[in-house]
Amino acid sequence: MAPLTERDGRGAATPHRKASAVASTNTVVRPVSTKRSTPGWATTARRLTPYAFLSPTVIVMLVLMLIPVIMVIGYSFMDNVITNKFPVFVGIDNYVEVLSDPVFRTATGNTLFFTLVSVAAHLLLGLGFAMLLNSPLVGNVTKALFRVVYILPWLFTVAIIAVLWRLMLNPNGVINYILISLGLTDKGIEWLSSPDTALLAVTFINIWAGYSFYMVTLLAGLQGVPADLYEAARVDGASAFQRFWNVTLPQLKPIIISMSVLDIIWTSQQFALIWMTTGGGPVNVTEMLSTYTYKLAFSRYEFSVASASAVLILLLTMVLAFFYVRHQKARD
Amino acid sequence: MSKEARFRRGITTAVAAAAALTLVTGCSSGAGSDDSTSGGDVTIELAQWWEPELPDGALRTLMDTFESENPGIKVKLLSGPYASTKEQLFAGAAAGTMSDVVGLDGAWVSDFAKQGALADLSTLMKDANYDDSELASTIEVDGKTQMIPVVNFVYPLFTNDDLLAKAGITAPPSTRTEFETAAKAVTALGDNTSGWVLPLSSEAPNGIQNDVMSWVWSSGGTMLKDGKPDVTNDDVTSAVEYIKGLNDDGVIAPGSATMKEQDKVEEFTNGRVGMMIDSLSHIDLIRTSNPDLKFSISAIPAEDGFSGERGIPYASWGIGVSASSKHPAESWKLVQFLMSEKTNSELSTLANAFPGNTKSVPDFSSSDPLFKEAFDIYSEGKPANEFVGLPVAEQLMRLFDEQLQAILQGDESVDDGLKKAQDAWVGEF
Repeated sequence: MAPLTERDGRGAATPHRKASAVASTNTVVRPVSTKRSTPGWATTARRLTPYAFLSPTVIVMLVLMLIPVIMVIGYSFMDNVITNKFPVFVGIDNYVEVLSDPVFRTATGNTLFFTLVSVAAHLLLGLGFAMLLNSPLVGNVTKALFRVVYILPWLFTVAIIAVLWRLMLNPNGVINYILISLGLTDKGIEWLSSPDTALLAVTFINIWAGYSFYMVTLLAGLQGVPADLYEAARVDGASAFQRFWNVTLPQLKPIIISMSVLDIIWTSQQFALIWMTTGGGPVNVTEMLSTYTYKLAFSRYEFSVASASAVLILLLTMVLAFFYVRHQKARD
Repeated sequence: MSKEARFRRGITTAVAAAAALTLVTGCSSGAGSDDSTSGGDVTIELAQWWEPELPDGALRTLMDTFESENPGIKVKLLSGPYASTKEQLFAGAAAGTMSDVVGLDGAWVSDFAKQGALADLSTLMKDANYDDSELASTIEVDGKTQMIPVVNFVYPLFTNDDLLAKAGITAPPSTRTEFETAAKAVTALGDNTSGWVLPLSSEAPNGIQNDVMSWVWSSGGTMLKDGKPDVTNDDVTSAVEYIKGLNDDGVIAPGSATMKEQDKVEEFTNGRVGMMIDSLSHIDLIRTSNPDLKFSISAIPAEDGFSGERGIPYASWGIGVSASSKHPAESWKLVQFLMSEKTNSELSTLANAFPGNTKSVPDFSSSDPLFKEAFDIYSEGKPANEFVGLPVAEQLMRLFDEQLQAILQGDESVDDGLKKAQDAWVGEF
C-alpha cells in the first residue's frame, strides 16, 4: 500500500509505480479507475489547492512589493508626482538629471568606498574572531567571555550605535580624551565633522556594527569542518597556514560568498547610520545613494527624480542579487 | 479519492482562498472608515505635534472647552512628534485625506499651498464675519491666507553668566564687536571651553535659520528682495564674513559641521560654551539638566551703531484648514477658538511661548523669570523669520549650509560661496 499512499500524498503517480501497483493487488487498481471517473470540479480543486495556499504570500508580495516597485518605476518617468496633481510624462528626463548631478556621482563613489571597505573588513574581522573563538588554544570560559564581547555590537540597534559613536567621537568625547592623554594629539579631532575623516569614521562605525554577523555565521561554519580533513593535512605535513588556505577557506567558501553578496546589498543600502551620524555632510563627503535619494524626496519633494534615483539603485542591487541567486542555484 | 477526502480538500481550498481574500480586504479597508458625522454631531480632526510638547491632557482640556462652547462639534486629536506629523500631512495632502484642521510649520506652508492642500483662510474669515485685526500675523502665499501663527517661540541669545564673569565680561554683548570680544575671552579660558556654538548639521539644517540668518535679521537686514533670494546682498555678506571671522579666531565650538540643535543645547548646558542662540522653550530643559548653571538671555547682538528695530528669530505653531475638509465652517470655528484672546493667552502660557493674538498676554506668574524678560525683548523688537512661507524651506537651509561649511573650511571665499548659494536658491524657486 505504500506506493498508493505516496501517490495520493504527492498528487501524481509515475507509470512505473502504477504498473507495479496493478501487478500487486486489485485494491491498488481501484484508485486508478476512480481517478478516471473523478468529476471535473474535484480535479480542479485538487489542482488549485497549492495555489490557494500560496495565494496569501503571493498577494502580500504583489501588494507590498511588486505594485510599489512598478509605481516607483512609473513615477520616475513623470515630471513630478504626489505634489503635482496632474503629472506629465517626461521620458528619461529625470534619469538624465540624476546622472548628470555631480552630487549623485559623489554619492556613488562614497557608497562604493563605504561598501567595499566595510564588507572586506567585516569578512576579515569576522573570520579572525571566529577562528579565535574556534581555537582549542583558548579556554572555554575565555571563549564564552569573548563570544559575548564580540557579539555585543550586533545586539545594538542602529539608533543606539549612532548616538554611542557620536558621543565617543565628539571633539570632547572619550576617544579624543584618550588620544590627548596619550599625547597623540594636542586638541580634539573632529572625526565626524571634518571632511578629511568623516567618511573613514562612518565606515569604521559600520564595520564595528556589522562584523559580529560574519563572526557568528563563520563560527558555525568552522565548527562544521570535519576534523579528519585537518588530520589528513597534518599527516601530509601541511603547515598551519597551508591548513587554513587549503582546508578552512575552501570549506567556508560557500558561506563567505553568500555572506559577502548579502552584505554588499545591505551595506550599499545603509541609510539610518549615515543619516543619524553625519546626515551626508560635511559638504557631501559622506553622502550615500540612500541619503541622496531621501533628500530628493523628503527635503526637495522631487518625488519623480527621487524615484529615478531609486530605480538606478534598484538596478545596481539587482545585478548583485542576480549573482547571489546564481550562486545559490549552483550550490543547490 | 473518497468523498470525504474530496470534501476535506475542497474545504481547505476554500479556507485558504478565504484567508487570501481576508488579507486583501484587510489591506484595502481601514482608511477613511471613520465617519465624520455621527448622531448629528460633526467630528473634525486636528492633526498637530503640539499635544506631546504640552503638559499632559492640556490640549484635550482646551478641546473639551471648545466642544462645550460649540455643541454638535467634536474634535479628534491626531498627535505625533514633529517629523511624523509633517510626513503624515504630506501623505494626507497627496491622497486628499488631510485632517480638517492642521498644525503647520511656516517652512511647510508654501509646499502645501503649491499642492492646493490648504483652504484660503481669508474666505473662511469672511464667511464667518471674523475681524482679523487681533491677529499678530498671517502667512499668505499667492495672495491667499494659508496659515495663522497660533503661538511663537523666540530665539534670543543665551549667555553663561559664570563663564562670562570668569572671562571678565560683565554684561551680555549687544553688538557684534562686544560679542566677538566676549567669545574670544571665554575661549581663552581654555579647558575645552568655546565662546559660541554653531550647529550646522545637514541632517537638520535649521541652524542656518536660527543661528546664522538671525545675525542678518537682528541688524534689520534681509536675505530676500521682492520675495526672491538675495543672499549676495551686503546684509548677508556682512553676517557671513563676521561668522567666518569668529571661526578663524577659533571661538566656535568644534564639531560644528555635524552638530544639531540638541547638541548645541547640551554643549551650553554642560558649561562648555559661553553663548548660544536658542529657543526659549529649552529653558526648562537646561534648568532640569543642570540646575547649577546660571545663565541670562538677551537680544541677539546687532551691527555696531545699529539703532533700528531688532529682528528676533522665531518659530511658530501655525494653524491651517485643509482644502479637502468637508466641514470648513466648523474647522474655522476651532481656529477662531484657538486664536481668541482667552484661549490664546492660556495656550501661550502652557507652551511657554508668545501669543499670536495681539491682545493676549501670557501668565508669567508661575513661569521662569526669564520668560518675562524674553517677552520684553520680544515686545521691543520684531519677530523675524524670512524662511516662513518660502518653497522647500528646509532644502534652502541645507543648500546654504553646504556653502557655509565650505566657506568656513576655507574651500571657497565668502563671495563665491554666497554666489553659489544664490544660484542654488534661485534654482529651487
